[in-house]
Amino acid sequence: MASSGSGYDLSSSTFSPDGRIFQVEYATKAVEHAGTAIGILCSDGVVLGVQKPLLHKLLVSSFSQRIYTVASNCGVAMTGFVPDGRQVVTRGMEEAATFVENYGSSIPPSILADRIATYVHYFTLHGALRPFGASVMIAGYDEETKKPSLSMVDPNGVAYSYYGCAAGKGRQPAKTELEKLELHKTPITCDEAVKQICRIIHVLWDESKDKPFELEVSWLSEKTGWKHKGVPKEVLAQATAWAKEQLEEEDDDEEEGEEGMEE
Amino acid sequence: MDFLSATAPPAREHTSRPIVTGTSVLGLKYDGGVMLAADTLCSYGTMAKYKNTRRLKSIDGVLMGAGGEYSDFQAIQDMLEADALENECMSGLYDSQERNAKETWNYLRAVMYNRRNKMKPLWNDLVIAGLDEKKEPFLGWVDKIGTTFQENLVATGFGSYLAIPLLREKYRADMQEGEARALLEDCMRILFYRDCRASNRIQIAKVDAAGDILISDPYELDTQWDSEAFRAPVADLDGDGGW
Repeated sequence: MASSGSGYDLSSSTFSPDGRIFQVEYATKAVEHAGTAIGILCSDGVVLGVQKPLLHKLLVSSFSQRIYTVASNCGVAMTGFVPDGRQVVTRGMEEAATFVENYGSSIPPSILADRIATYVHYFTLHGALRPFGASVMIAGYDEETKKPSLSMVDPNGVAYSYYGCAAGKGRQPAKTELEKLELHKTPITCDEAVKQICRIIHVLWDESKDKPFELEVSWLSEKTGWKHKGVPKEVLAQATAWAKEQLEEEDDDEEEGEEGMEE
Repeated sequence: MDFLSATAPPAREHTSRPIVTGTSVLGLKYDGGVMLAADTLCSYGTMAKYKNTRRLKSIDGVLMGAGGEYSDFQAIQDMLEADALENECMSGLYDSQERNAKETWNYLRAVMYNRRNKMKPLWNDLVIAGLDEKKEPFLGWVDKIGTTFQENLVATGFGSYLAIPLLREKYRADMQEGEARALLEDCMRILFYRDCRASNRIQIAKVDAAGDILISDPYELDTQWDSEAFRAPVADLDGDGGW
């Protein structure tokens, strides 16, 4: 899909003759080069996961944070161009803090998503500014409706609400895997979602081609008191072990399955 | 329309006087913790207007009490809660590093002194209680001009005149919680007798050695008004000889 902008791609404030803003599309491409991020809305909360490729052997892995708590009831995961993502996350923190200052209660996640989307969109219509090369996923708990929610904001500044979403390098196969889980029909629990995210990330990872990675996973659920927290390391380790088992079984099944084709 | 013109004197921006005020807060270290006491009254000048306020508050693992302008204390609470939220957001997904009481005390010192220098003080005397960075009991004091100190016993307002001498007399480093509470209640009773802006509806709060904070519900102190000097006030005169 490498269509040349040929002069219409130099600034965010220019449309192409066929109605596209190339700068925004290029920003989206920046996200597609980065580690995969997955979000799942569960029956009892929300789970976010981001794959962090370890670029160098000497890198201290847990330093580059991708998932942040922005409010007592909301967490944001980002992927893409990391400094851009940080900027968007910081704006989310400011919006949440100002909301508490003005209204005295925690920001509803739908409003937070809207505010972040408006902010990201602003950068797509100024000639002097470039769009953010990052997608962010907002997991939150609305204290009034008593419901958890999951939204994603793309570099073009649109926010959608999801049962399950993915961004980054492996988003296409990740989306396929998420669709197989039929989250819109039968939601899974947070514990199950942590396992599924681990599994999907490991399914996408090709040992020969891709760099080793660290997986950052967070959740908010009734068990965490609806506070956004990192998934405890032991839970994550168990989920990863389970995911690797599943992969081995699938590999074995593939070998056997070649002999007898099923329906 | 003088205030609209360019030559008008600038609008007054300094704090002049407090309007809704709380009186004394007492603080005492005991063996294994810190205890605070305050009444639940906020006065509107001479009027005892708000009888069920909360002048003791716990934020982010730190216990504090305030005398002085109540709206300024509310602003300080908002400031500390926003600071706690920012701290939570910035400290990663796993370790949430709470501020200890000493850090909060220091932060408030900076805030109060800064406001004093702009002639816009937050009109409060604050008592900060909790654990310090070594998990030892901490009791500190910050006033409206940014003076700070740490002590085993502190008091604001009238308490510093009436209660401190009593606390000093009875204080021992190995006081037990029950003794500390009885001493504070005694002082609060005396303050009710003698401070015109005090009430007998008080709260007691404590931080124990583990850092757990407990603020009691308000309750009323028993008082006695049948002292001889009160019933027969003036010697050798019929009646009270008053005017």
